[in-house]
Amino acid sequence: MGDLLDRRLLFVTGKGGVGKTTISAGLAMLAAARGKRTLVCEVDAKGDLASSFEAPPTRFDESQVAPNLWAMSMDSEASLRQYLSLQLRLPRAAGIGLVARMFDFVASAAPGVREIVTVGKLCWEVRERHYDLVVVDAVASGHIVGQLAAPQAINSLVQVGLVRQQTGWMLDILSDPARTGALIVSTPEEMPVTETIELVGRLRSETTVDLAGVVVNRVLPELFGTREEQAFEALSGGEATAFLSRAMGGDAVPLLDAARLMVRTRRSRAEHLERLRDALGGPAGAVVPLLYVPYLFLRSHGMRSTRQVAAALAAELES
Amino acid sequence: MTATVADGRALEALVASREILVVCGPGGVGKTSVAASIAAMAACHEGGRVLVLTVDPARRLAQALGLASASGRAQRVPPEAFAEAGAAPHGELWAEMLDTKQSWDRLVRRHAPDPHTARRILDNPLYQNISGRFVQSHDYIAVERLHELHSEGNYDLIVVDTPPTRNAVDFLLAPQRMAEFFSSRLLRLLTVPYRSRFVDVAAKPFYYVADRVLGSQFLEDIAEFFILFQTLSDGFVARAREVERLLSDRRTSFLVVSTLETVPVREAEAFMAMLPAKRLQLGGVVLNKVLPSYLMQPHLGERAERLCDEAAVLAARMCADGGPMADHDPVIVERVLAELGANFNNIAVVARREAGQRTELARHAAIMASVPELDDDVHDLAGVLRLGRHVWSGGAQ
Ligand SMILES: Nc1ncnc2c1ncn2[C@@H]1O[C@H](COP(=O)(O)OP(=O)(O)OP(=O)(O)O)[C@@H](O)[C@H]1O
Ligand SMILES: Nc1ncnc2c1ncn2[C@@H]1O[C@H](COP(=O)(O)OP(=O)(O)OP(=O)(O)O)[C@@H](O)[C@H]1O
Ligand SMILES: [Mg+2]
Ligand SMILES: [Mg+2]
Repeated sequence: MGDLLDRRLLFVTGKGGVGKTTISAGLAMLAAARGKRTLVCEVDAKGDLASSFEAPPTRFDESQVAPNLWAMSMDSEASLRQYLSLQLRLPRAAGIGLVARMFDFVASAAPGVREIVTVGKLCWEVRERHYDLVVVDAVASGHIVGQLAAPQAINSLVQVGLVRQQTGWMLDILSDPARTGALIVSTPEEMPVTETIELVGRLRSETTVDLAGVVVNRVLPELFGTREEQAFEALSGGEATAFLSRAMGGDAVPLLDAARLMVRTRRSRAEHLERLRDALGGPAGAVVPLLYVPYLFLRSHGMRSTRQVAAALAAELES
Repeated sequence: MTATVADGRALEALVASREILVVCGPGGVGKTSVAASIAAMAACHEGGRVLVLTVDPARRLAQALGLASASGRAQRVPPEAFAEAGAAPHGELWAEMLDTKQSWDRLVRRHAPDPHTARRILDNPLYQNISGRFVQSHDYIAVERLHELHSEGNYDLIVVDTPPTRNAVDFLLAPQRMAEFFSSRLLRLLTVPYRSRFVDVAAKPFYYVADRVLGSQFLEDIAEFFILFQTLSDGFVARAREVERLLSDRRTSFLVVSTLETVPVREAEAFMAMLPAKRLQLGGVVLNKVLPSYLMQPHLGERAERLCDEAAVLAARMCADGGPMADHDPVIVERVLAELGANFNNIAVVARREAGQRTELARHAAIMASVPELDDDVHDLAGVLRLGRHVWSGGAQ
């Protein structure tokens, strides 16, 4: 599992809201702390990444947010503009704005055009060795396959032209498990688990990108072992609860109820976790690494939560 | 907290006075489940013919609603199924699952100038891609189908579940974007017949670059497709306007579903803020999977702290001879007591955050129900009805 951070390009994906941005930020923070020059890129720019570092809004041009750590947000139009000015040596100014807008328009119909520009920029950063690691806070499960399969899609649609020539080296990078991997974030709930299992299948059958692992985020703590569980049952109701209430000068029932709520919720989620493990287990050798990140009971989201996620990931990578 | 909860009957009143209820909200919060629940409750309590137009339901829920085979047509949920779930509706519940591809094909056939053009569009490889994901096609198709169903007039109430878009707002913008797409300058530039393109000075750099980057053959393929597609323009634009009108009609109301987690709340707020400008009516908010309100009782935090601090002393007393836990190991009991306190404080952090989010949401609209996280997923009619009872009563806890 230690090799995760030795890759060059990691796409972090998963269902909406499961914690892609949080995990990307934590992972990038961990890599940076271990001395890797790291770039983290928010593809679906909503500004959540910047808030993970308590930094000003990210832009297409990267900015440093911590030692060894830079952040940017993807902008397919800006990316295309950069690409055109590099490839065609066109001046950045005249005409390129309209060109890029029209491309964006064409891209709404032609599969792969917008994606190739996004993936292209990320691969380019890897190829040029600007960074040791590029962590991509990628699009959600519904769109990631289209993005990662863009080079093949373009290959089959476009016969000639610069874009076609570009797909070769991108595929080299994307298909190399030593350099590139996808990390799926899930939570132990029905829909995220179902989507994760489906996505694992699609990544394998429709893209050439290696599945580096699955992060199970927001795992609730296990309150009690078997013996504690028995003591807890004995404490609930009757004389024991009355004793507790008296000793504390107030009703103890809500405290017991809250524990029961946690135990029950965790238990109902365990079933989904089980399903995930079963689906990922597969034949020996094909086992996908699972990393667990606990639910963080914090008041707000920022540097502190990012550090805690980094620490949790570090512990998982060691084991 | 009850102050922000509307009268338990507010939802009932809303349902009784509308013909269309659009259930919107962020991804994964329970739109599909809540839409089905409201429709089922309306069929039970209000009677009449109620349709739930659903998008992408979880497989088990689809089966439960008799939608195992997506036919793109409405199916009645059999009364026996209700009987099995212990309910006896005096109305009828119908369900339909949106079939995006099929609806698109129908739309093309309807608006194409002739069958030959329709065929050429349907056969074009780019169309396959377009019908899949172009300009929020899912969203547009949902409202388009809604329009069709409403004008057929077969139902007293249509409850619409909305697609899991990246952003709930996309759903509202879909008709407008569709109209804009067809009247955009870019589309015109792209569909200028290939040879006369160089007449347009503004477009020149585009063709120069596009030829070099994508190759002119691909560009011609795209242009040809757009030329064909443009023949649909007039019909589409007129239709998109009508669809938009239906959404802002007085008989239509929007209901926002959200959990009280940060990301969904932010999205729900952005969504609600847009409604007035679009002259859309916000009926209210249904909160789903909320923590129980007892967690917010005063002084509990202090009590939990004490439990953590005094766990050892308390455990010793309780496990002493004659104590209520005399036959238990004090070490274990101490651990349990400390855990009870710590756990309460953890959950309370989340509950307080939720309470804050609830206040934010309540600024935008009446909170019509707060539904707890149920022990089981909503995957059969019994589950739908169980959720429905919480929604219907306002989720009194
Ligand atoms: N381990 C965790 N414990 C508690 N809260 C968490 C945890 N991970 C993420 N969250 C919270 O969950 C919410 C969603 O996280 P995040 O924004 O990272 O998800 P996302 O997958 O990037 O969402 P989107 O699909 O909207 O981009 C945030 O409020 C975040 O603070
Ligand atoms: N109150 C509840 N208690 C327990 N489980 C619930 C509750 N509400 C919904 N669920 C479950 O949560 C999951 C998500 O619900 P649902 O499919 O209705 O969400 P959605 O908003 O329609 O999602 P999407 O945006 O993907 O369409 C389902 O597994 C459903 O059974
Ligand atoms: Mg995100
Ligand atoms: Mg749904």
